[in-house]
Amino acid sequence: MRKALLLAGALALAAAPAAAQQKTIKIGFISTFSGPTAVIGNDMRNSFELGLDHLGRKLGGLPVEVVYEDDQQKPEVGKQKTDKLIESDKVDFIVGHIWSNVLLASLKSVVDSKTMMVVTNAGPSQLAGELCSPYVFSTSWQNDQTPQAMGLYMNQKGVKTAFLIGPNYAAGKDMLAGVASTFKGKVIGQELTTWPTQLDFNAELSKARAAKPDAIFVFYPGAAGVQFLTQYAQAGLKGTIPLYTAFTIDELSLPRQKDLALGVPGAQEWVNDLPNPVNKKFVADYKAKYKSSPSFYGAQTYDAAALINSAVAAVKGDVSKKDDMRKEMEKANFKSVRGGFRYGKNHIPIQNFYLQEAVKVGDEYVLKTVATIVRDNQDQHVSKCPMK
Amino acid sequence: MLYFIEQCLNGVQLGMLLFLLAAGLTLIFGIMDLVNLAHGSLYMLGAYFAATFAGLTDSFVLGAILALIATLVVGMAVEVIAMRRLYGRDHLDHVLGTFGLILFFNEMVRLIWGPAGMTLSLPMEMLQAVEVIPGVFYPLYRLVIIGATLLVALFLYILVMRTRIGMLIRAGASNREMVGALGINIKLLYTLVFGLGAALAGFAGLMQAPILTVQIGMGENILILAFVVIIIGGIGSIRGAFVAAVLVGLIDTIGRAFLPDLLRLFFSTNAASNAGPAISSMLIYLLMALVLVFRPEGLFPAARK
Repeated sequence: MRKALLLAGALALAAAPAAAQQKTIKIGFISTFSGPTAVIGNDMRNSFELGLDHLGRKLGGLPVEVVYEDDQQKPEVGKQKTDKLIESDKVDFIVGHIWSNVLLASLKSVVDSKTMMVVTNAGPSQLAGELCSPYVFSTSWQNDQTPQAMGLYMNQKGVKTAFLIGPNYAAGKDMLAGVASTFKGKVIGQELTTWPTQLDFNAELSKARAAKPDAIFVFYPGAAGVQFLTQYAQAGLKGTIPLYTAFTIDELSLPRQKDLALGVPGAQEWVNDLPNPVNKKFVADYKAKYKSSPSFYGAQTYDAAALINSAVAAVKGDVSKKDDMRKEMEKANFKSVRGGFRYGKNHIPIQNFYLQEAVKVGDEYVLKTVATIVRDNQDQHVSKCPMK
Repeated sequence: MLYFIEQCLNGVQLGMLLFLLAAGLTLIFGIMDLVNLAHGSLYMLGAYFAATFAGLTDSFVLGAILALIATLVVGMAVEVIAMRRLYGRDHLDHVLGTFGLILFFNEMVRLIWGPAGMTLSLPMEMLQAVEVIPGVFYPLYRLVIIGATLLVALFLYILVMRTRIGMLIRAGASNREMVGALGINIKLLYTLVFGLGAALAGFAGLMQAPILTVQIGMGENILILAFVVIIIGGIGSIRGAFVAAVLVGLIDTIGRAFLPDLLRLFFSTNAASNAGPAISSMLIYLLMALVLVFRPEGLFPAARK
């Protein structure tokens, strides 16, 4: 009898730490998994899964459970799914978001519930400025930064006049404002198109042709980028008015843009050939696992897994210590595929931007780093962020 | 002025695309009294078929012809398998049934072709702009679209107005029981009409495929415009569909091109470029509302039943 009691006691003792270890880190992942832009969401999911694989399917030593939710690229659906993840799934972190307008609609629920969030693509100016939040981090950029780098490059190329075209939503407006802020020449025209329904840009291209600019700057993410490049070529503008881009040519759209993308410059904070060991491992393992090339969307999401890992490790798995996790995350103390970055006080990365160009290697089209346009670039909205 | 002409051409080109879609829709609606929401799916299938066949045969024209035949066959199959069950039922049942077809086709395309979408590239000679009149450059391929659609419109006119089948189609629209009583195989006629409508939608899809990308759900937004066109033009009237399609195309394009500039005269540049696209996308719906108020039957109502 005493033996049995002892045994039970020992078992209970043994069971206690085991129960504590049963705690899992729950992550709600929001992206677009249906419709024409599902390829982006899939790339993000693949990269996040690969990131977890590389961390041994554990974050800070604890097992992980990821709930994937599809925002259908609609702000109202994104908000609904965010509420569901917070209230019913009670997730510890929310990760993802491609679209600035969807993120802005969902942000309030996240901030009000003090859920930790890592945004892996969208970078609306509001998030970097007045809506910055202690628990929201970005592993991407603020929307203006990439086009700003492109504006600098256009200055280098001696462009005097430019025509800007982009979609009429939060990110489109940021992008055009971004390029206009660093471009020293004259912006002689600007067109915003209905998003995401308008796919025919001939009216805008006619307008650009009539304005006779030195260059056209364009921002069309996802499949719209394929459409824009096609129509630009069909309008006979290739070779007449050079094109400068942000987020229009990437590994997901390139296989469909093919020759049309060759020689068109773009700016990006990450390129697949960045020469650091973490990136080499990421790109090689991604290609091996998914038989396709990762894009910047994926690279940013891969970083999110490592960032969360550093935060959970710092609090030894006690995710209720949000402020301690925040302090750790602010250090960006992990190995990023872009070779490291710092956080500004608004939790937006301070990072390099590179010039990338599409080249044809054999039968394959790949993106290559051509030059570093700007180093340690910080977004221009940080001064509006009240956080210290 | 030259710029205005160029934008008009853009408008006409959009109108031509809308006509191809609306003609099939109005035929099916007018003659078979069937609301076909899945028309956009046939448009999508036309584009997917064209991209696939053009890839296999290495020829755009051959791919287009095969795609046209394939959509015709799919259309007739859909009529025999699904649509026949819906005749004589309430319009709400049509909407439900054909909405189900949209979901079915979207999933089927995802299973067969994958979620990423496809591209249909044009031959290199098509990638240029030609000088239509001095100073006005216009993409050659879009001129081809305008020309091809005008041919289709002419073909439809001759088919419906000058041939025996056309006579039966018109008779079927006026009084289907009577046509059946006179010993005409009305079932076969309906299958043919539906197939023809499907082929028209497929033709629109394959012509548009090189401009837009081929992707799941590509027909859904444009279908709304096509419905607007047949309401403005008068349900069942091909002539009405043609006039309304060009009208809608012109209003949409010219609104988009000039409204922001017009607004800039009154508001700040920022407000104008934000409001411009929003207001211009409303214009065609305003037109539809006006037509519904003053001519509820549409501009060119088909012959009364």
